Amino acid sequence: MAKLYFTDDHEWLSVENGVATVGITDYAQEQLGDLVFVDLPEAGRALKKGDVAVVVESVKAASDVYAPVDGEIIEANQALGSEPALVNSAATTDGWLWKMKLADEGQLSGLLDEAGYKALIG
Amino acid sequence: MTGDALKRLPLENLHIEAGARFGPFAGWSMPLTYPAGVMAEHTHTREHVGLFDISHMKLIELDGKQAADLLAEACPLDAEALAQSQSKYTFLLNDKAGILDDLIVTRLGPQRFMVVANAGNAEADLAHLNALAKGLDCTVKPLERVLLAIQGPDAWAALSRAGVETGTLVFMHGIEPHENWFMTRSGYTGEDGFEIGLPEKDARELLDKLLADERVKWVGLAARDSLRLEAGLCLHGQDITPEIDPATAGLMWAVSKDVRAAGRFIGAEALAAIVAQGPSQKRVGLKPQGRQPVRAGTRLFDEAGNEAGHVTSGGFGPSVGGPVAMGYVATPLAKPETRLFADVRGTRIPVDIHPLPFTQHRYRKG
Repeated sequence: MAKLYFTDDHEWLSVENGVATVGITDYAQEQLGDLVFVDLPEAGRALKKGDVAVVVESVKAASDVYAPVDGEIIEANQALGSEPALVNSAATTDGWLWKMKLADEGQLSGLLDEAGYKALIG
Repeated sequence: MTGDALKRLPLENLHIEAGARFGPFAGWSMPLTYPAGVMAEHTHTREHVGLFDISHMKLIELDGKQAADLLAEACPLDAEALAQSQSKYTFLLNDKAGILDDLIVTRLGPQRFMVVANAGNAEADLAHLNALAKGLDCTVKPLERVLLAIQGPDAWAALSRAGVETGTLVFMHGIEPHENWFMTRSGYTGEDGFEIGLPEKDARELLDKLLADERVKWVGLAARDSLRLEAGLCLHGQDITPEIDPATAGLMWAVSKDVRAAGRFIGAEALAAIVAQGPSQKRVGLKPQGRQPVRAGTRLFDEAGNEAGHVTSGGFGPSVGGPVAMGYVATPLAKPETRLFADVRGTRIPVDIHPLPFTQHRYRKG
């Protein structure tokens, strides 16, 4: 059973068997507006918490999406290459950004749960 | 918060009611997008009618026997030769021929002209015009108006249904249809359309009628930018600046041969020298290959990796269906289909010089 975490940078992580699927929240995609390009990462890239993992581009601006925890990218959502708007229409499902193998599951305890995130965005 | 210092639009409550997302622009808190989103707003303007609140821009009335003389000094423009109701795109230049602002000037009477100035430059423009007006028979009067742009193929029909007849007004002409109204057939989208300056009370009445028409939707600044970029139109402060002259910017079509020959305007000597020598760089359209936008400030390189220029506006063109940009490149490279390269976060993106506009203008010229 996957467990769901959130960050105050408006990302979500669905964690199962030491692997996190990461995306941006519905609130975040609304703030960004229509996405036209997602700069996807290469599998195998090692990330430290706070590194820029993905750049999402709206009509007007480019925005960084940061690694919420340490780990190694094992897969990027290739469907976004041809359909970046999936992040708008399905931010928390088909619009996921990347999957990463966690380096230290202990870092998850520093993240928000769903109730904590909802309190954050009001 | 810096937001407290921002100027508020007179019709802000209407934008809040419409669900606008606001952001700062040129010292104003402006609606950037509405719930439909920038893509839908952009497309709606090309297909039906986009309604823009551009009250951040400034109307300045020049009145007096020497109003045309003032304009002929401030701008590379023969204001005296303008016919009644005729509008012209022109600039305020400094003595190096740098563009202080780009303007639309309309003749309203034998000695009366209306200037539409950009929000961020309005105060400086006023100070500049007032300084030049010293000793001349000409008053420089900034007007308090709501300014609306109604843009798109159905703009005339929507205005007609709202009781504003536009029939005889053609592109780049302006009239005063009611007291304290000023209406031109012009815009910043490449589409047929109108800009109307009017008192707030009249604006609210007109908007009640316009917004009851399903063809008319509010459009924010984000789509205004993507529309004008596809149309190849410059944004002052970005594509044209006090460091850029009209020849380098490819805007000499706005300066007639007679005006160039007479050389009455500030910056005439400098501009003549630049034209004689040929500008070292030129403004061009840029078409990035693939889907990734190439943004303002990105440097451009040639095949061999030499510096070739830079991007001044770049984003995604919803009607083009891909990234679009404009910028400056060394003059020998400023030819359609020349291939350059942009470095975006370590990715080398091919960028081809592309004719402007990206989308055909659909102005109503007569």
